[in-house]
Amino acid sequence: MSFQPYVPPEQLMKDRSEYARKGISRGKSVVALEYADGLLFLAENPSSTLHKISEIYDRIAFAGVGKYSEFEDLRISGVRLADLRGYSYGREDVTAKTLANAYSQALSAIFTTQMKPYEVEILVGQVGERPEENELFHILFDGSVADEKGFVGMGGRSDELTGHLRDSYRAGESLEGAVRLAAKALSDTEDRPIDAPKLEAAVMDRTRGRRKFRRLDDSEVAEILSSSSVEGGKPPP
Amino acid sequence: MTGLGAGPGGRPFLFGSNPSFADLVAGSAPDAPGSPPPVQSHGEQPAATYSHGTTVLALKYADGVIMAGDRRAVEGFTIADERIEKVFPADEHSAVAIAGAAGQATEIVRLFQTELEHYEKVEGERLSMEGKANRLAQMIRGNFPMALQGLVVVPLFGGFDERRAEGRLFRYDVTGGRWEEADYHSTGSGSLHARGTLKKGWRRGLERTAAVQLAVEALYDASQEDVATGGPNPLRGIYPSVKAMTAAGVEIVPEDEVRAAFQTIVGETHEGVVGGGSQAKEDPD
Repeated sequence: MSFQPYVPPEQLMKDRSEYARKGISRGKSVVALEYADGLLFLAENPSSTLHKISEIYDRIAFAGVGKYSEFEDLRISGVRLADLRGYSYGREDVTAKTLANAYSQALSAIFTTQMKPYEVEILVGQVGERPEENELFHILFDGSVADEKGFVGMGGRSDELTGHLRDSYRAGESLEGAVRLAAKALSDTEDRPIDAPKLEAAVMDRTRGRRKFRRLDDSEVAEILSSSSVEGGKPPP
Repeated sequence: MTGLGAGPGGRPFLFGSNPSFADLVAGSAPDAPGSPPPVQSHGEQPAATYSHGTTVLALKYADGVIMAGDRRAVEGFTIADERIEKVFPADEHSAVAIAGAAGQATEIVRLFQTELEHYEKVEGERLSMEGKANRLAQMIRGNFPMALQGLVVVPLFGGFDERRAEGRLFRYDVTGGRWEEADYHSTGSGSLHARGTLKKGWRRGLERTAAVQLAVEALYDASQEDVATGGPNPLRGIYPSVKAMTAAGVEIVPEDEVRAAFQTIVGETHEGVVGGGSQAKEDPD
């Protein structure tokens, strides 16, 4: 029999939270915000193949920060859940709320029962038919969920990032404006310029067909960012 | 941690994650459509009448592949449906045309569509054309016990291969056999007649208008010879469904274009059979 010293539950949870937070703070950040046609996700990601932002279902996208293997595991589980639901019932029966609940349950179970918590924060976004029907669920490593409006910043220095977003965010921004705003928030937080090849961008665009998800490639992002000086502070039409 | 990262039937994968949706369905629900029920009897005729899909065809042309199907479904000697759809987009660049037991076939198509999308999302890239064709073959093979009971499904699969930048076409048999066709093929009860027309009319590098016209003509000819194949019905506005697969993706060929193709054929046929010579003979002068 091994000897197990008594550790108060408060201490145990605190240690785990600290461990998870530390892991997450080492990673790079992701920004999600609502713009005129849907949701924009922008992440600092030097890799062009290992994504932080992905499609889950027709109207639902996923973004993760922290440990790649862990949020990738969650992402695949989400795709499985969504496809299985959509196949068994109907495509419109797959919702971000269902996924957020599943993620919350899973992360909560991992946090309390596993050797180590997942060092991840994830975001499940659903684009609605109208702007006010958009949904953004921010799920933390311990399974706590927040239903966000407008914008979310998560990852490394999320408090600072959220601060920058709060100052600059305006509802009904154009795609170009939103990309510039999000890129600026990311680079201001890190205190260094982040150019297009280091950014991963995707949108959930409600004007598209069944599958609303679309990645913006480097050249498209570069073009948007380079035109920033011309119409930088112009309000949306 | 339970559930997450687990494979079919809750078993963990030994290595990597399985990108197959069909396996996921089969594992999560034993009665799901992905898993065929056990065979109950051999060699018996199907007791009930099932809705059967009939003539579908596909041909290569200059920009890719044209796929077309008639719109009739029959149950025994009754027409069950005059507007049924037999050509389905499988993903953005490929389509499946079905012949056989309609219920079974549409379910296989639905599973196949989800399978391709699931793979794309899990892996982050689309399956190769070869991969898609093989996956469909495995699904048809999975349906073999049902085929023995009369619920035969024989599809055609075609699309634009983005990696090779050309249109490709595959045909199948009941056992899941899979063959790539170089030019054209048809399947279903009227397929022999349709293939005759295709054989006469097909040329390498056909233009779209000519290809659509050939497809409609082949279906029309099949409908003249086979009761289970529905011909175009201008009175009710029922025309064959035609899809074109090119580098730009799957496009539904607009009904106007199909109607125009049909009218051209009707014009030519009318001239050859009714007009000209035969009428002149009946003339009293």
